[in-house]
Amino acid sequence: MKRIALENLPKLYAAIAEKQSLILPVKKAGQTNFGLWTEEADVDLATLKTVKSAKDAFFPQSETLYTCQRDGKTLSLQPEKLEEEPFVVFGIKGCDVRGIQILDKVFLSEPVDSFYCARRKHGIIVSLACAAPEESCFCKVFGIDCAEPEGDVVTWIAEGYLYWKAATEKGEALTAQVADLLEDADTAAVDAQKAAIAAIVEKLPYANLSLEGWNGKVLNEKFNSPLWEQLYKPCLACGTCTFVCPTCQCYDIKDYNTGNGVQRYRCWDSCMYSDFTMMAHGNNRTSQLQRFRQRFMHKLVYFPANNDGAYSCVGCGRCVEKCPSHLNIVKVIKAFEKEGK
Amino acid sequence: MSHHECTCHPGFYHDTLIPQVGVITSIRQETPDVKTFRIEPPQGGKFFEHMPGQCAMICVPGVSEAMFSITSSPTNKEYQEFSIKRCGELTECLHSLEVGDQVTVRGPYGNNFPVETDLKGKNLLFIAGGIALAPLRSVINYVLDNRNNYGHVDILYGSRSADDLVQLKEIQEVWMNTKDVDVFLTIDRPQEGWEGNVGFVPNYLRELAFDTDRIAVLCGPPIMIKFCLQALQEMGFKKEQIWTTLELRMKCGVGKCGRCNIGSKYVCKDGPVFRCDQIDELPAEY
Amino acid sequence: MQELKNRAIELLENGTVARVLGWKIGENTYDPEPAFFDSVEAMKDFVYNNFCAANLSKYMIEASKLEGKTLVCLKPCDSYSFNQLVSDHRVDREKAYIIGVGCKGKLSIEQIKKSGVKGILSVTDSDPIQVETLYGNKELPYTAGMLSRCFSCKGKEHVVYDELIGESAETSTVDRFDEVRRIEAMTPEEKFAFFQAELSKCIRCNACRNVCPACNCRKCVFDGNKFDSAQKANVDSFEEKMFHIIRAFHVAGRCTDCGECSRVCPQGIPLHLFNRKFIKDINTLYGEYQAGADPEAKGPLTSFTTEDAEPSIVSKGGIV
Repeated sequence: MKRIALENLPKLYAAIAEKQSLILPVKKAGQTNFGLWTEEADVDLATLKTVKSAKDAFFPQSETLYTCQRDGKTLSLQPEKLEEEPFVVFGIKGCDVRGIQILDKVFLSEPVDSFYCARRKHGIIVSLACAAPEESCFCKVFGIDCAEPEGDVVTWIAEGYLYWKAATEKGEALTAQVADLLEDADTAAVDAQKAAIAAIVEKLPYANLSLEGWNGKVLNEKFNSPLWEQLYKPCLACGTCTFVCPTCQCYDIKDYNTGNGVQRYRCWDSCMYSDFTMMAHGNNRTSQLQRFRQRFMHKLVYFPANNDGAYSCVGCGRCVEKCPSHLNIVKVIKAFEKEGK
Repeated sequence: MSHHECTCHPGFYHDTLIPQVGVITSIRQETPDVKTFRIEPPQGGKFFEHMPGQCAMICVPGVSEAMFSITSSPTNKEYQEFSIKRCGELTECLHSLEVGDQVTVRGPYGNNFPVETDLKGKNLLFIAGGIALAPLRSVINYVLDNRNNYGHVDILYGSRSADDLVQLKEIQEVWMNTKDVDVFLTIDRPQEGWEGNVGFVPNYLRELAFDTDRIAVLCGPPIMIKFCLQALQEMGFKKEQIWTTLELRMKCGVGKCGRCNIGSKYVCKDGPVFRCDQIDELPAEY
Repeated sequence: MQELKNRAIELLENGTVARVLGWKIGENTYDPEPAFFDSVEAMKDFVYNNFCAANLSKYMIEASKLEGKTLVCLKPCDSYSFNQLVSDHRVDREKAYIIGVGCKGKLSIEQIKKSGVKGILSVTDSDPIQVETLYGNKELPYTAGMLSRCFSCKGKEHVVYDELIGESAETSTVDRFDEVRRIEAMTPEEKFAFFQAELSKCIRCNACRNVCPACNCRKCVFDGNKFDSAQKANVDSFEEKMFHIIRAFHVAGRCTDCGECSRVCPQGIPLHLFNRKFIKDINTLYGEYQAGADPEAKGPLTSFTTEDAEPSIVSKGGIV
């Protein structure tokens, strides 16, 4: 275990950024999101949850795939370069790290998404333990320990220091880069924090949310439940839950006419949108009930069916906090539990 | 086109989302609203090897990209063809293109009809309606080109009118003249000069009363599939003997973008070919 | 609350209304959700507290298509939106039985958290607000949890209702155009930097559009591929600006300033400022006008009078 005094963090950021780009929680116009570190950046490690998860670092909300030029009848394509430089994502919480592992199951399964894969290869994850979980958190339900997240390097903020532990080879290499700034430390402060967090996690309102009955085998039983008819009603059909979610990975591929060619890009999409499944000859999900159901069925039934039972939810609670109508996955799970369905 | 090697997958040169340029080398007007396009890489030949039933993404840059079944058989060693009906923005644009125009192509995507397993050695009954002959043409020609591997073949094909029958020339000149192949054509309404059967495909199917000693492969508009399935079951066919295809909105073609997800399946990757009893296990959302 | 609930049950039982559009109790005091109740039994989950901020008027578009009347609970500011939806021919007045509900300014859990409260276990909707948290208990003045829109409230009068239940309170402490004036006073560079910083946070979730009662088109121009500024994120960050500016133009003259856009924005973008600027300019150019105050009134941008401002005002750079 190593540590660095909190007042020296700017030096640590600068040292990391000297060798590779550094992405970390930055406050801009009152909101904290993952962003590129610069000397002027207002780094914010105090806010527990960035508005968007850290998934942008590996699966950006919008990215160009290739550019297409037309010269007379001839088309030429210029694929976008894959990430070739290392970068560090600092301050990712345990839930978001798990979120990335879930995205891995999608993007690194055959055929591998090379854009994502290149970023995963070059990205170094420095996670940060949660010092003060909040009421919307329910990562424990998914077996995540927010006091000891996964990552290449794991860090804790306790008693005026950032404690630092390399957990992988990549993490060791990064540690070596900044070794001058770190001092050896014992684990007492971190152990104390872990114990304190474990006690708090037990008291979180959704700590004991039960996922009993949700698995990949209950497809038609859950799909045909009359509960959806009541649950979807307040849904505004916006994409807030989808876009703040660390595991939602649906995307659209679109063209952007630059005036000098066509940029083909992909961007996050939402199964909540009416045109998501629209085809020239019709739409197989015409009602918001169907679209609403799709999102939760995917996270709690379809995804587990294809991924050895793993849910596509990490309990980060962003949808709980951000839904304009106060709908969320917790309410859905509880409604089914109450009905015993 | 410059290639970028994936740093974590040596030898993996470009993403499946990056297409190849294709040149339209021939256009055949099949019906008033269906054209068959032969599309080749600029250097000629085929883009890739495929199996019957597989699809490819065709894109007119700046307009749109969509999934089309590859209508030519893999046994065609020279080129690949796509029969495309004009029904939306992209297909409208494709229909306005001329020989020599370029589009982009990527694939092949999806699974295929089980020509080397479940269909092999069996008597086969193909049932198609309208443009849905496109995916079946690939498998029919594959079967006819490997004639000794399959039993008797019946082809029941129907359309709105005689003018809407796709691939009529090939049907009449090749299929009808192949040994052990029977072709049954039908159109929805009587028409001058038409001497064949008149009536909807499901009704004609009932009349023809095929034996259940065969595998049925069914492709067509949802309503036709629904009634043909009913008819086949009345005739004693089990769902395990019937294969068909599903069609949903697709963007990536590789089971990641999420929009063709239905139940735990992705139609672009796990489909488009499904056995009817497999479809029964999916939520009714197709 | 009990009086409202009893009355709603009474109207359901005597068949005056076929359903009730109100709020359903959430997991806690602070997360009630909009809901339809179609039976007395379902009404057990009905709630109306100071966290019931959602404007229910837009749900009346769908409710207008249903058999029978819908009892809808509208706060004073929601009643303006309802009227505007009637003017827009999207809601049928005859299909609504409106109970004007009292409002003392609405609370928001986000706002409460902004005052540094973390790990909330329970919260009251009283004045002062009592908060029990994982990290100790706190007491906050009511205004510390109030939505910013309530500080420039349009007033406690309902502009349309069938009956009124509950008391309302004046919560307005600032002129609603103060913020607009502050931005108008900026240099063009400062304005650009301000909006750039705010709008670059946009994630194109469309919550502002979908919640907006004035955004009631059957098919939005942003839905579909025909338009380059389509509904989702684009490669060009300029698109985000265009989306919000175009939307502000589309609702100009019909926006009642209900503030839902800013309430729902997950990135806290003060979207209402665009609309307020339009309202302020419309007031200056065409005379004082409050959308939704009178469903029979002709909108300043949808009617013509000889006193109307000349287009040349635009070439002079608009009004400041």
